[in-house]
Amino acid sequence: MSTVSSSTRTSRVAVGRPARARLQAWLPRLVLSPSIAISLFFVYGFMLWTFILSLTNSRMLPSYDFVGFAQYGRLMVNERWWVASTNLVVFGALFVGICLVVGALLAILLDQRIRQEGALRTLYLYPMALSFIVTGVVWKWLLNPSLGIQAMVRSWGFESFTFDWLINPDMAVYTLVIAAVWQASGFVMALFLAGLRGIDDSIIKAAQLDGASLPRIYLRVVIPCLRPVVFSAVMILAHIAIKSFDLVVALTGGGPGYASDLPATFMYAHAFTRAQIGLGSASAMLMLGGVLAILIPYLYSELRSRKHG
Amino acid sequence: MDNVIRRRTPAARLGRLTLYAVLILAALFYLLPLAVMLITSVKPLSEISAGTLLALPQAPTLEPWAKAWGEACTGMRCEGVGGYFFNSIAIVVPAVLISTVIGALNGYALTKWRFKGSELVFALMLFGCFIPFQVVLLPMAQTLGWLGLSSSRAGLILVHVVFGIAFTTLFFRNFYVAVPTELVSAAKLDGAGFFRIFWRILLPVSAPIIVVSVIWQFTQIWNDFLFGVAFSAHDTQPVTVALNNLVNTSTGVREYNVDMAAAMIAALPTLVVYVLAGKYFVRGLTAGSVKG
Repeated sequence: MSTVSSSTRTSRVAVGRPARARLQAWLPRLVLSPSIAISLFFVYGFMLWTFILSLTNSRMLPSYDFVGFAQYGRLMVNERWWVASTNLVVFGALFVGICLVVGALLAILLDQRIRQEGALRTLYLYPMALSFIVTGVVWKWLLNPSLGIQAMVRSWGFESFTFDWLINPDMAVYTLVIAAVWQASGFVMALFLAGLRGIDDSIIKAAQLDGASLPRIYLRVVIPCLRPVVFSAVMILAHIAIKSFDLVVALTGGGPGYASDLPATFMYAHAFTRAQIGLGSASAMLMLGGVLAILIPYLYSELRSRKHG
Repeated sequence: MDNVIRRRTPAARLGRLTLYAVLILAALFYLLPLAVMLITSVKPLSEISAGTLLALPQAPTLEPWAKAWGEACTGMRCEGVGGYFFNSIAIVVPAVLISTVIGALNGYALTKWRFKGSELVFALMLFGCFIPFQVVLLPMAQTLGWLGLSSSRAGLILVHVVFGIAFTTLFFRNFYVAVPTELVSAAKLDGAGFFRIFWRILLPVSAPIIVVSVIWQFTQIWNDFLFGVAFSAHDTQPVTVALNNLVNTSTGVREYNVDMAAAMIAALPTLVVYVLAGKYFVRGLTAGSVKG
C-alpha cells in the first residue's frame, strides 16, 4: 500500500519471479531497519530511560523508586548546578560571540586577494582537527602562571605582569573561552569564507558604482547576505558550547573548586563519581532541553525557508 | 570584485601592509600553542624551569617522547601512552569502517529507493546528530553491561558506530540526493537489484563523500574523550583518556616536556590527516551547514 508507484513498476519487470520482486521492494526498508532500530533504542529509548532515571532516587546504582520531580527540585537549589549553568551562559555567549567576530573578520581580510591564502587558511583551521583534550593540555601549560605566558612576559622586564586566570576562581571560566576560541574560530572563518565566495559579485559591483566605500559595502551589503551562515555558525558553536566536557576536564578540571564547572562536567561528576545517578540524569535532561531550545527554532526556520525558497 | 581599480597610492599600499600584518599576527596566534608544544617536548626538564616558553632548546632531546611513549605514568601504571595509542587505532578503524558502510547504504536507500515515510526515517535518524551525549551515558553503561561489553574495545566500537551513523547517513544522503536518478531508474527497469545498482552506479561516484565520511568519523572517534572515559577500563582506554591521566598524575616531579610529547603523540594522527586531506576535512565540518 505504501509504495504504489514503485511496486507496480517492479512487478512489471519481474513477472514470474514474484518472491524476488517482493524481496527487492522490501530490501531498502530491510537495509534501513537496523539503523532505525538502533536510533529508536539508543537515541529515543535512552532519552526516555534517562528521563525515567531522573524521576527516581537512584544513587550508586539505578533504582526505580519514583520520587517525581524531586531531583529537579534538588538541582534548582544546588549551588554547584547554578555555578555550572551560569558558567555555561557566560562561556557560551563569549565563545559564540568572539568566534563570530574573529571568524568574520579573518574571512573578510582573507577575501582581499591575499597571496598565500591557502597556507593562511590551513594555519587558521588546524586547531579544529585536534582533540579538546590536547587543546586543554597545551593551554594549561601556556596559562600556567609560574612557567607559562606570565613568566615569559615577566622575564621580558614587566615584573608586575599578572595573568593567573587559571588559578583565579573568578577568571577560570574565561580561560575556557580563550582555548575554545583558539580551537573553533578558524572553523567559523572557513564557514564565512565559503559564504563570501558564494555572494553574487554583481551586487557588490552595483554598490561600488553607487560610490559606497569598501567598509560600508561589507557592513551594509555583504554581511546581511551572510545571515544564513551566521545562523548555522551560531547553531554549531552553541552546540559545541553545551557539549563542552573534555576541554573543561583537561584545562581547569572544573576548578578551582567547582568555579569553572559546566553542566556537562556536573552531570559526569554526579552520575559517575559522586553516586548521584538521579541528580545526574536530571541535569542531563536539562542539557537536552537546552539543545532543543536552540535546535527547534533552527529546524523550524530551515524548513520554512525551504518551503518558501 | 575583479574590476576594482587598484590605486597604488601610498595610503593604499599602507592599507595592504596592515592587512598582511594582521593576517600574519593571526597566524602566529594559531601557531603559538603548537610551536610551544613542540619546543617544550624536546627540551630537557632543566631548561624548562630555567628558560621561558619560547626559548629554543639548547640541547634538544627526544627523551621526553620516548618516555611519553613507553614509561610515563598514566594513573597507577607507568607504561606510557603507546599502548593506548594502539587501543585508539583498534577502536577507530572498525568503528569508522562499519559506520561509513552503514551510512552509505542508508543514504542510498533513503534517496534512490524512496518510500512513504523515508523522509520521516531520515529526520528520525538525523536527530541523533544533535543530542548531548550526556543524555545517553547512563543507559549505555547499563546496556553495555547486559551485552557483556563493559569496559571493552568492542563496547566502545559499538558506541561509536551507534552514534556515528547519524552523521554518516547525513553525509551520504546529502551526496546521493544530487546524483541523477535517471541511471538508477533505467537500471531498475532492466531488472537490476538493490545491491547491484549500488555497486555499479552509486559506489563508483562516491569516492569524495567516502573520504569526507572516513575523515570526519576518524577525527571524531580519535578525539573522543567522553565515551572513552565513561566506558573503558585501564587496558582499553583510548589515547585521549591516557593523555589526560598522564597530565593529571600527581606523583613525583611534573615533567612538562613529557606532557607535551604525549599531547603531540595524541594529536599527530588527526593533524596528519588534516594536512593531507584538509579540503575533505572542511567539507565534513561544513556539510549541511552551508547551503549550495
